[in-house]
Amino acid sequence: MDAERSVANALVRPPPDLEPHDFPFHPQPLLEQTLPMGAMIEIENLQKRFGAITAVDGVSFQVERGTVLGFLGPNGAGKSTTMKMLTGFLPPSGGTARIGGHDIQTDGLAAKQLIGYLPEGAPLYPDMTPEAFLLFIAEVRGLSGAAARARVAEVTEKVSLQQVMRQPIETLSKGFKRRVGLAQAILHDPQVLVLDEPTDGLDPNQKKEVRALIRSMQKDKVIILSTHILEEVEALCSRVIIIADGRLVVDCTPTALAAKSRWHNAVRLELQQDETDRVKSALADSYGASHVEKLGPASLLVTTKDRRAILPEISQRAQKEQWKLEGLHVEHGRLDEVFHDLTRAGSRN
Amino acid sequence: MRNTLVLFKRELAGYFSTPVAYVFICIFLLLCGILTFYLGNFYDAGQATLGSAFFEFHPILYIVLIPAISMRLWAEERKQGTIELLMTLPVTLPQLVLSKFLAAWAFSGIALALTFPLWITVNYLGDPDNGVILASYLASWLMAGGYLAMGACISAVTKNQVIAFVLAVITCMLFLIPGLPQVSEALAGVLPSEVLVEAVRSFSFMTHFGAIARGVIDLRDLVFFASVIGVFLFMNAIVIELKKAD
Repeated sequence: MDAERSVANALVRPPPDLEPHDFPFHPQPLLEQTLPMGAMIEIENLQKRFGAITAVDGVSFQVERGTVLGFLGPNGAGKSTTMKMLTGFLPPSGGTARIGGHDIQTDGLAAKQLIGYLPEGAPLYPDMTPEAFLLFIAEVRGLSGAAARARVAEVTEKVSLQQVMRQPIETLSKGFKRRVGLAQAILHDPQVLVLDEPTDGLDPNQKKEVRALIRSMQKDKVIILSTHILEEVEALCSRVIIIADGRLVVDCTPTALAAKSRWHNAVRLELQQDETDRVKSALADSYGASHVEKLGPASLLVTTKDRRAILPEISQRAQKEQWKLEGLHVEHGRLDEVFHDLTRAGSRN
Repeated sequence: MRNTLVLFKRELAGYFSTPVAYVFICIFLLLCGILTFYLGNFYDAGQATLGSAFFEFHPILYIVLIPAISMRLWAEERKQGTIELLMTLPVTLPQLVLSKFLAAWAFSGIALALTFPLWITVNYLGDPDNGVILASYLASWLMAGGYLAMGACISAVTKNQVIAFVLAVITCMLFLIPGLPQVSEALAGVLPSEVLVEAVRSFSFMTHFGAIARGVIDLRDLVFFASVIGVFLFMNAIVIELKKAD
């Protein structure tokens, strides 16, 4: 009974011969068609050298409104440096970036007005209270008096900071501090939100809250976030950029990225333990022994060289040969593995 | 202008949101009192004036106390990483440099103004020349501004407040000692011409402070302090631009 249900579930999934980014419910291709106007963020051949070290080496990409862009890369790959140039903190050594058409070097103030930025580690003034700090940010952002207070109250509610507004920031927990950082970044309702590792160092509940917050804001904005957590990219982002050694190595959707995985379209079978060997040899006959992997005493993984969809044929065969299946699942590819392959390959060049 | 004011307000409020301001003011007033009444022999001098017993000690006092204000200005921002926050806000570098300096200067002005009981005392005991006292206050405040500009610039060089403090003390000293009488005499023996001695002496805060404190507000002395402040704030901006990412 259970076996049948999981087979049925597996079969309901979209036809596997469609490439993930062609899938009609995915927003990315639609956006590209309906928004022909200039991209919100345009980065052209951005470079940054620190002495002899080249931290960012000719990165170019564009981002449209409505995109949540995940910025991935190993530590020291140039993610933060790229973000620092994008937000106008560091001047590029070469190339440039434009935010809403404003060049960050020649028209920096206008560009900065469009950006909300959470720097890495969410630095804050420890002696200030969140209230004083957010009012300060509001005033710098051009609000004053009652308007500033109203906006601070609004944002405070959004990130649930109400109960700590009058405590010095240094006495707050890490989660609250991060929320203060997020609050200052979204205070002026920016069109571009740049978040450098927004969930780093938070506990799972806090991570979830921050992700929910990001998701609630993605409409009509550009959100760029860097992270080490690949599941976060899958959960939040509509586009992924991987940077390794200062170069852009991947620019695609998370699903397309997962499709690059050796595991993409692999089928995992959960069996009754006494069946495992029989099924394993049966599968080895048709897919080759090296493509059938025993994951545990009652679990097999079948991959193919060309990563084609093999679920239908396996499930048919299971019914025909009456395997005692407990479960049948399609793997969509593992981002961590792709990430590892891509960033390692980058460092070898 | 508006941004400078907003930043200035935050900076100045920052002094009073921690014990720093209160400790500083207490120590400043305490030292002023001790120096005036013990070292300066305020009562024994029998003169209704603040010049010799009170203001005379300010150049020395400031060498230690002003770096204590200025050391955290940029070093702290860089250490906490808040400089990244600050410099990605829609404000310009000159606004940041100016607002920090002005807040520190205003704070030193507040500390200085709180010595007013001495002024009342002098007026109660005798009949001083209040014009001269006012000029002395102005001279003292201008000198504080000069030292603060130096200290701010040095604070931008390092993330470490102790290093910022020590370097600022030394720099402040360099701008003081050429004006001390003993040093001037020694220099006269070493340097070939009187003009050179005068040139070196004219770089001393002591020379210009003394001139204004005597009640002679000469444009040259004002220009001296204004240019010291201007030059060091300009250097401050350059240092920040170069070092902010380290």
